[in-house]
Amino acid sequence: MSEDLIARVTSVIARAQKIPPETVTIDKSFEELKIDSLDGINILFALEGEFDVDIPDDAARNIRTIREMVEGIEKLLAVKAQAAQK
Amino acid sequence: MTHRVAVTGIGAISAFGETYADLWAGLAAGRSAIRPLTLVAPDVLRFPNAAEVPDYDPLRYFEEKEAQMLDRFAQFAAVAAREAIRTSGIEFSRALGERTAIVLGCSGGGKSTEDDGFHHLYGLKEPRVSPLTIARAMSNAGASRVSFEYGITGPVFTISTACSSANHSIGQAFRMVRSGEVEVAIAGGSEAPLSMGFLKAWEAMRVVAPDTCRPFSLDRRGLILGEGAAALVLEPLARARARGAKIMGEIVGFGMSSDAHHITQPSALGAARAMRAALADAGRSPEAVGYVNAHGTGTLANDATETEAIKSVFGPHAQKLLVSSTKSMHGHALGAAGALEAAATLGALQCGLIPPTANFTAPDPTCDLDVVPNTPRAAQIEFAISNSFAFGGLNAVLVFRKFL
Repeated sequence: MSEDLIARVTSVIARAQKIPPETVTIDKSFEELKIDSLDGINILFALEGEFDVDIPDDAARNIRTIREMVEGIEKLLAVKAQAAQK
Repeated sequence: MTHRVAVTGIGAISAFGETYADLWAGLAAGRSAIRPLTLVAPDVLRFPNAAEVPDYDPLRYFEEKEAQMLDRFAQFAAVAAREAIRTSGIEFSRALGERTAIVLGCSGGGKSTEDDGFHHLYGLKEPRVSPLTIARAMSNAGASRVSFEYGITGPVFTISTACSSANHSIGQAFRMVRSGEVEVAIAGGSEAPLSMGFLKAWEAMRVVAPDTCRPFSLDRRGLILGEGAAALVLEPLARARARGAKIMGEIVGFGMSSDAHHITQPSALGAARAMRAALADAGRSPEAVGYVNAHGTGTLANDATETEAIKSVFGPHAQKLLVSSTKSMHGHALGAAGALEAAATLGALQCGLIPPTANFTAPDPTCDLDVVPNTPRAAQIEFAISNSFAFGGLNAVLVFRKFL
């Protein structure tokens, strides 16, 4: 997990939630940040736009923390990079 | 003086076909009408399936000029209302028209009309849209169309409360007939949500299943959108008897509540309050009820929350209830949902056959009710309720009685 990736993901989340970026840290849970199910969907939409990836419903369903979200994006970016090499 | 309210006509257009008989035959067989989408290109959506009205041709019902004036949802409203009125045997004189109400629910209005206009504007960069756009897209276009066809000049309106629209509409119509405010009411709902722009909005909400609708099932993955309309003709029981009408059941109670909680998350408290209000309005105890036509969307949140609400209202009797979601077969038709489900519930009571929850694979411990999985069940039941719970936290519950 690169610092750069963490910074990009947390900044997208902060913008979507209209909260100060410094409050969105890697160890926070959605619950702590008061991110409910509808907020979560809105964040997924913003992340798909930011990283040009497609986040499947099933992968998104169990994400509860910022760390899981960054890890999920990292995996999707790796798949995308592999596909681009082919 | 208040009246007992009889249902003397039912009409429906759904994924099963263009009559109530088609709808009931499908539900009674436990057959799902969820199929691959054909109205839009399927490969641009995360979900390939819907409950579409198959091979619908407007020219079977409308002159070409009339069809041009009417969005698909308004056409469906007219098709269902015509069947309901025809089966009721009522002829509308000018005087009766003045004493008749139409209350038809609709959630989205003419979505494909709007989509088409926006395509011309933003996609094709044309400077203008069709002058018929407003008249076609307004959510009351269906109710208005029915009023023109029959010369109905009493209270005519549309209620738009998302997925509860039709239950709120039938409930208002029921109360107008019960109180004597009107002599006859045509009530129900219609919806035609399968246009690309609206489907994309549902896709973004991540509540539509990529496979099919499996309410109360452990592996449920969301709802399946449907379209169609259903309409009921309501009149005082004494009036129906006096004219020798065929009585297809009674509506005996209606209850409403608001969660005042969250724009999309359901609340068991709000749902339970609507069910209790409906039973109180009917003057019946929970133990009188034998069947619940559930809201049962097939989303993770709804089905567990609805189960909790049913258990809190019915207590130990909840385990004796038959609870099924016919959305597993006719899809979630949004503003038409409660109307299709009213038609399903009336059919269940009159025929003594409970339509099942189709596509059920495995029980979910958070949905531990008898959900009549996959196979229709013979059961003689006198009272049933039909639940509708909308986004925005708006709940509406109807109580039906078999006509004995």
